[in-house]
Amino acid sequence: MVQFTLPKNSKITTGKTWPRPEGAKNVRKFQIYRWNPDDDANPRVDTYFIDMDACGPMVLDALIKIKNEIDPTLTFRRSCREGICGSCAMNIDGINTLACIYGMDEIKGDVKIYPLPHMPVVKDLIPDLTHFYAQHESIMPWLETKTNTPQKEWRQSIEDREKLDGLYECVMCACCSTSCPSYWWNGDRYLGPAALLHAYRWIIDSRDEATGERLDDLEDPFKLYRCHTIMNCTKTCPKGLNPARSIAEIKKLMVERSV
Amino acid sequence: MADVNRGDRPLSPHLQVYRPQLTSITSILTRITGTALLAGAFLVVWWLIAAASGPDYFNFANRLITSWVGDIVMLGSLWALWYHTLAGVRHLVWDTGRGFDLDTATKMAWGVIVGSVALTAFTVIVI
Repeated sequence: MVQFTLPKNSKITTGKTWPRPEGAKNVRKFQIYRWNPDDDANPRVDTYFIDMDACGPMVLDALIKIKNEIDPTLTFRRSCREGICGSCAMNIDGINTLACIYGMDEIKGDVKIYPLPHMPVVKDLIPDLTHFYAQHESIMPWLETKTNTPQKEWRQSIEDREKLDGLYECVMCACCSTSCPSYWWNGDRYLGPAALLHAYRWIIDSRDEATGERLDDLEDPFKLYRCHTIMNCTKTCPKGLNPARSIAEIKKLMVERSV
Repeated sequence: MADVNRGDRPLSPHLQVYRPQLTSITSILTRITGTALLAGAFLVVWWLIAAASGPDYFNFANRLITSWVGDIVMLGSLWALWYHTLAGVRHLVWDTGRGFDLDTATKMAWGVIVGSVALTAFTVIVI
């Protein structure tokens, strides 16, 4: 449902301003969303100052520096620090991206960091992705076959394999789905760009034998057709993929099979 | 599906923090112009009904529609009509699976904006 304002318990208040580093020349201001499930307070935005001469170039470097040196209670997910695990997805400077591969030189002014938009917050920068993962599971993200298992592996031509390029690289970071206004308003029933990109990845796989069932399942006013080509997904994808195009291809297949 | 509201978790900010994108603005404008055109169409129908119902009422309706407020509303409707038409063409291109790379999508967005203003100006000058 469309609700432009935040619910009462989600309204953001001004938080604590942490002390500036002493003697630093190149200081940068960070404004970071905080929410602690263990106290009854509303979310707040804390202000931190970092000596950029003693900090790595990526946003994740700054977050780790804050956690190590200023405020150990700051909570966020991170793992690979090279854009392959998708853990550190968050809203940085007004767009969704991975903190580990987003350079702070790309940001003008203060660095503003929020959790992925329109998601239930577990703590600080950590959103609850349970529903997002459940939607991914619902599109059957595996090879579905009907014929008997072959003696050797399923063969695929070079051309058929190329159809998976730009799709298999998705790391399920949820940047795209949580950037999509349609997903904000109808995320309970609209699958969102990430799940639909994966759906398309299996639909066009030459080895998959459940194409019809997959399309039947998506033939639904909400699951697929809440995409209005707003294109925030493609714009924000930290891996440079194009979920909007995948969704358009699924819509095309729907038309092609009905005429 | 899964239970996403365990405890009393706050909802993270969305419209409040997400930076407007060229493609998202042109998208919502398509919706807004479409809805506004419905109101504009009703206004024109009302004007025609007034013309059919007699000179007194028509004078009143006509004075309102040709006043400066009416002119602004009609100019806005004209732009909305062009904008919505061009945005519709953009959606037709998208429906064929083309124009999804960011570069083309951005160019088409600017095309719709600049095109709608230019065509509005052209229509005003011609009529």
